[in-house]
Amino acid sequence: MTRMSESAGSTPDREALQSAARESDALAVERTLAGERDAFRVLVERHSQQLFRLAYRMTGNEHDAEEVVQEAFLRAYRNLGQFGSRANFGTWAYRIAANYAIDRMRQKRTEDARRSTPSSLAEEQDPLDLVADDRPTPDRLAGNSELRKKMEEALKELSSSERTAFVMRHWEGCAIEEIAAVLESTTSAAKNTVFRSVQKLRRALEPYVGARGALQAKAAGAAPEPRGTEL
Amino acid sequence: MKHLTEEELVGYREGEITQREAIAEHLTSCTACRTELERIEAVLSALDNLPVPERGPEYGRAVWQKIAPQLPEKAGRGWRAWLEPRRWVAIGAMVAVVIGAFVAGRWTKKLDAGTPAASVAQVKERVLVVAVGEHLGKSEMVLMELANATLPVSGPKQINISAEQKRAEDLLDANRLYRETAQQDGDAALASVLDDLERVLMDVAHSPEEITPAKLESLQKRIEAHGILFKVRVVGKELQEKQKTTNSAPAATDSKVRERNKA
Repeated sequence: MTRMSESAGSTPDREALQSAARESDALAVERTLAGERDAFRVLVERHSQQLFRLAYRMTGNEHDAEEVVQEAFLRAYRNLGQFGSRANFGTWAYRIAANYAIDRMRQKRTEDARRSTPSSLAEEQDPLDLVADDRPTPDRLAGNSELRKKMEEALKELSSSERTAFVMRHWEGCAIEEIAAVLESTTSAAKNTVFRSVQKLRRALEPYVGARGALQAKAAGAAPEPRGTEL
Repeated sequence: MKHLTEEELVGYREGEITQREAIAEHLTSCTACRTELERIEAVLSALDNLPVPERGPEYGRAVWQKIAPQLPEKAGRGWRAWLEPRRWVAIGAMVAVVIGAFVAGRWTKKLDAGTPAASVAQVKERVLVVAVGEHLGKSEMVLMELANATLPVSGPKQINISAEQKRAEDLLDANRLYRETAQQDGDAALASVLDDLERVLMDVAHSPEEITPAKLESLQKRIEAHGILFKVRVVGKELQEKQKTTNSAPAATDSKVRERNKA
């Protein structure tokens, strides 16, 4: 998987470390397949944090995220034979987790729809009540529990595909091809899903964030750092 | 001047490379588009700061403890694994062994109808001995090439081992098959050598095509530390001896048959 964090500013040392980790992953996979069940432990311990971060951002709660992580590793173990040893185990496990998180989100959505509670986003609230300072920084905004709640709600309002696309692109820095593979769509459809998710989040959150955020301090005309190399 | 669309601005903010320079140039001169980008940036920056609960360094261990009791004894190999090209080498070897045993079985049956079961078992064993002996010979060649490769004092910083790596990969599946067969047959010594060999082959197969002198040296040390070349040679020799004795056994039977026919 091409991560922005990997593609931008990677040093030879870091590349060597990543390559060593991949080699050691491949060895652990081979040993697990050869019947050494404990060899799988190395993979679990190495990739749990990364999967938890993804799962939490996709599901929005710790309990679900932990279940996604555990289920992803169980599925990976059961289907380890389908994993091509030349591929990257981290990327493969990441895809399994993302797919399971999507299923789980859809399931929850259906359950929630049955209960059908109107979204609290629809409730009218004066945005100014949420932002006391004239020039709030993003940190302060995120620290504002009310705004945080709004952000979480806005993320919940996204469809599971939109949320997946946004999490993978914006937070995890995945290449569009990776997102397309998880969503089982074309790259142009995945690109469109990323855009739709940002658009929806913008519509939902702009009244609470406004243009008073991060960029005002930046000099006019300075282009933001690209978050990735491919889209 | 035509303003940038929201989609173009979002793509630009999220790292799109197409028309990046043109968009950046437009932004330097267009206040309206810049303001629009600032508004998108403000929302995304706020989302950037949405925290993810921390999981300590022990988290991986905790996950393992939770899932370990639920894991089946063997990881699923899946039907797709059988479609991997390298697996066909092992399947080919197995089919050759079975056909060889069948043909040889029928041949000896014709020669000596009185003792078919013993002959067939003997021939099967002989075919397996030949196959494993051949496999060990091929493995020895790969390991020898790596063990004797000279480390460059100067010149290229990378050594190409793609040929050895490909051969090791091809040998890996057959090795696993023979090891499992040896285990099932209760041949612990052969199984142990094949197990050691498998680890070294795995190391080679999973090395990059081009490796640094340091990596080559570490591979050589690994081959040396296991004494694997020595073990492979010894077992290979033993199998050759066994092959000779089993080859001579049917010859005796043949002469007995001829004598019996004369009488």
